[in-house]
Amino acid sequence: MSEIQLKNISRHELEQCLKCSICTVYCPVSAVEPKYPGPKHSGPDLMRYRIKDAAFFNENLKMCLNCKRCEVACPNDVKVGDIIQEARIKYSTHTPSLRDRMLANTDFVGTMATMVAPVVNFSLGLKPAKTVLHTVMGIDKHRTFPSYSRQKFETWFKKEAEEQQKQFTRFVSYFHGCYVNYNYPQLGKDLVKIMNACNYGVHLLEKEKCCGVALIANGLSAQAKRQGTVNLKSMRRSIENRDEAIVTTSSTCTFTMRDEYKHLLELDNADVRDSLMLATRFLHTLITAGKIRLAFKKDYRKKVAYHSACHMERLGWIVYSTELMRMVPGLDLIMLESQCCGIAGTYGFKKENYERSQQIGATLFDHINEVDPDCVSTDCETCKWQIEMSTKYKVINPISLIAEALDVEETRRLNTVHEADKPRMQGDLAMP
Amino acid sequence: MAERQHKTFDVIVIGGGITGAGVARDCALRGLSVLLVEKYDLTNGASGRNHGLLHSGARYAVTDKESATECIQENMTLRKIARHCVEETEGLFITLPEDDLCYQKNFVEACTEAGIRAEIIDPKEAIRLEPAVNPTLIGAVKVPDASIDPFRLTAANMLDAKLHGADVLTYHEVTRLIIRNGSVEGVVMCNHKTGEICEAYAPLTINAAGIWGHLIAQMADLTVNMFPAKGALLVFGHRVNQMVINRCRKPANADILVPDDAVCVIGTTSDRVPFDEIDRLKVTPEEVDLLIREGEKLAPALATTRILRAYAGVRPLVAADNDPSGRNISRGIVLLDHETRDGLGGFITITGGKMMTYRLMAELATDLACKKLGVDKACETATKPLPGSEKTYRKRGLPTAVVAEEGRHGTLAPLIPNATDIDRAMVCECEEVTVGEMKYAVETLHATQLINMRRRTRVSMGTCQGTLCACRAAHVLCELAKTEAKQSQYELASVMAERWKGMRPVAWGDTLKEAQLMSVVYEGLCGLNQRAGKGKEIAQ
Repeated sequence: MSEIQLKNISRHELEQCLKCSICTVYCPVSAVEPKYPGPKHSGPDLMRYRIKDAAFFNENLKMCLNCKRCEVACPNDVKVGDIIQEARIKYSTHTPSLRDRMLANTDFVGTMATMVAPVVNFSLGLKPAKTVLHTVMGIDKHRTFPSYSRQKFETWFKKEAEEQQKQFTRFVSYFHGCYVNYNYPQLGKDLVKIMNACNYGVHLLEKEKCCGVALIANGLSAQAKRQGTVNLKSMRRSIENRDEAIVTTSSTCTFTMRDEYKHLLELDNADVRDSLMLATRFLHTLITAGKIRLAFKKDYRKKVAYHSACHMERLGWIVYSTELMRMVPGLDLIMLESQCCGIAGTYGFKKENYERSQQIGATLFDHINEVDPDCVSTDCETCKWQIEMSTKYKVINPISLIAEALDVEETRRLNTVHEADKPRMQGDLAMP
Repeated sequence: MAERQHKTFDVIVIGGGITGAGVARDCALRGLSVLLVEKYDLTNGASGRNHGLLHSGARYAVTDKESATECIQENMTLRKIARHCVEETEGLFITLPEDDLCYQKNFVEACTEAGIRAEIIDPKEAIRLEPAVNPTLIGAVKVPDASIDPFRLTAANMLDAKLHGADVLTYHEVTRLIIRNGSVEGVVMCNHKTGEICEAYAPLTINAAGIWGHLIAQMADLTVNMFPAKGALLVFGHRVNQMVINRCRKPANADILVPDDAVCVIGTTSDRVPFDEIDRLKVTPEEVDLLIREGEKLAPALATTRILRAYAGVRPLVAADNDPSGRNISRGIVLLDHETRDGLGGFITITGGKMMTYRLMAELATDLACKKLGVDKACETATKPLPGSEKTYRKRGLPTAVVAEEGRHGTLAPLIPNATDIDRAMVCECEEVTVGEMKYAVETLHATQLINMRRRTRVSMGTCQGTLCACRAAHVLCELAKTEAKQSQYELASVMAERWKGMRPVAWGDTLKEAQLMSVVYEGLCGLNQRAGKGKEIAQ
């Protein structure tokens, strides 16, 4: 083969697609919505025509959940989902509505809401309020907003935890995300508890902004880019300060900052990407390397059904969370079939998507009911909302389950042994 | 066929390319009864194997002023009468560091003399207008080049001819001219589908068979001094450029890059080939190398763009009668009245020229035909829009298949059935072709076989080259045209063989992967090779 042929290899995602259509088979929207053209057609196929003429952009692309299951399925590594999101960013003429802006601005709305949390939580649950949201705003009446916390996680951390972190010699930075900050600080507290028990101190980022996933989904990518720039700058500072990693407890925030910053927002994150990871991955890696050990309560018993969130599939990190949970002797882990729950962040909250959203998740909910666990576990907060709204089961993040099962005193002891004892520990893992 | 055996027409037109279709339309518009005969399918020859470039004439301005003038006049005419076939992209003639910038001055002067609006622009402005252009350019001229779809153009001419009473026979090959008393009185044809022989009569036969016109003339023992010149081209996976990009230098190999629909096409080479090769052209590795190497100079992004396929056509170049060696070959129009030239009545040859000037060629041939037949009616084709081009209209927010149909069929798009879910179902996802559009092609555009569908609708012309859609299209055609399953399998095998023929010269990278998938589906899964009979190579 001549040199020219060896060199002539396509660099364009849209033409690397071999049209095998496997992505369409795995698309949760295509399975329930005949009006959606499917990922292959919406992405690589039509992109060729959109390059010719913007009239080939159709607003039905907003039916895409951005679950990225198409990308997981693709045998030729085409970023099908990215092509669709890119088209929405580039060609959509639809201006985000007030509702879209409110749903997207988790930071702003969260800050306002936590100030008057009891009032907000109370009134958002009222029927008249739901009716107003449904008819005026287009937020579906079947939806319940996650309740807001009285105290932000950041406030708690500064008051109750920051001082104690000074006793440690090694650190991680924690990107807590909006959900932990405004709605469920307990998850952040659980992480601090585990890290501290493992003899790691926790830092917050110098400045943390919402990762921007909801902004991108709602057509506000310029704002997402500004926020992303702030986050990346803070993460760089953490790395400079020799924090060992930037850990997270939300799969979606992590996925957004690792992959979508680069692919959709054109932010260069190469220098921080490898340091940014889910806390379960960080812990699992340290344990298998023999660097930390966990000890668990002897009497802990729980039947847990694990739901593989879409972005966890895309990250390929499910194994870290599930293997970590399997280290807990009394934890009976059942894997639910990997499928989308249908919520996709703000998607399922919108009136026009509600029915589709529930159809997509239906078989998952059936499966959970069949398993009848003590609780469901998943790494994604919006999957948690969807499953809690659609089944009678409570959903708990793997980090919270680990924190619950952890024997804090014993773990702390195992991880603070003298340097001289270390070689003896190498092969002696905490696994049962 | 029985009733047609002795049917008599005013004119028989041989050749279903753009020239033949244009002549048939012009004759029909002037009230003549016409039979158009094509041995395979419309646009099977050079009409379907070119750049799809609506020349401004600038390319010929320096070397062939007459052609340049004809081009710009026809360019302006086609923009009006064939607007649904034309995309008004505009064009650039760029000077690269290796080219002589002095040529630009001559070029612009020659363009101006020929009536072509040629505007020197700053290289930076050229990059702004066309970001894909080679950024090292040192000069740029903007000209009114555009992109034109030859399949649509031919189909629209054929359709208008039919609307004005013409008969069209495809898959009928003229095997003999009926000559009596020193005059051609009709033709003997072989029906390639049934093998039957039939005849048709007319006081005048027009030979518009392109390079094959040479062979038609031989049937009357006449010599038309033709030289087959092969031109190879490459189709890239998506549109890299939005404007036509040419090199501002004496015309040479591979110096035009044209955006056509969702792809772009680089070409061409130019080599004499013997007559026995014109029906089985192959693109060689040397040609592929040359096209990529020169193409990259126009738009560097081509170096990393997937090549979907390679193809080649034959230009029907004609040498003057006093120049049998062909040294002074022109691309001008050649109209031969064999009565005055050779003493054979009832026979005209129209050849030479270019797709660009097909309408003018048709006008000249029809003028002569009318004169010979004693008909006094003026030509209307320069002002009367083709069916589909009556007006432009554009709506936003329509389903993408409807946008595509409007692009392909213009004002006739509403005739495409889309009432039912089946009509709206997508056959070809790369090119947005629905079952309804296939129905329309069968009912209105004279598509009778699977292999014709591509030329009427773009089925299987996209990234997958038929991997996904050819079998669907075969199924749809089975139901629409009541084709028998066995015939359908044969047609499917020949379509896949034809697709592979174009992929083979560029089968590396993603295109090779595609071919492998194609082979697994059609040979492995469907066992098409065994079913369709021997000798049908699909992929290897």
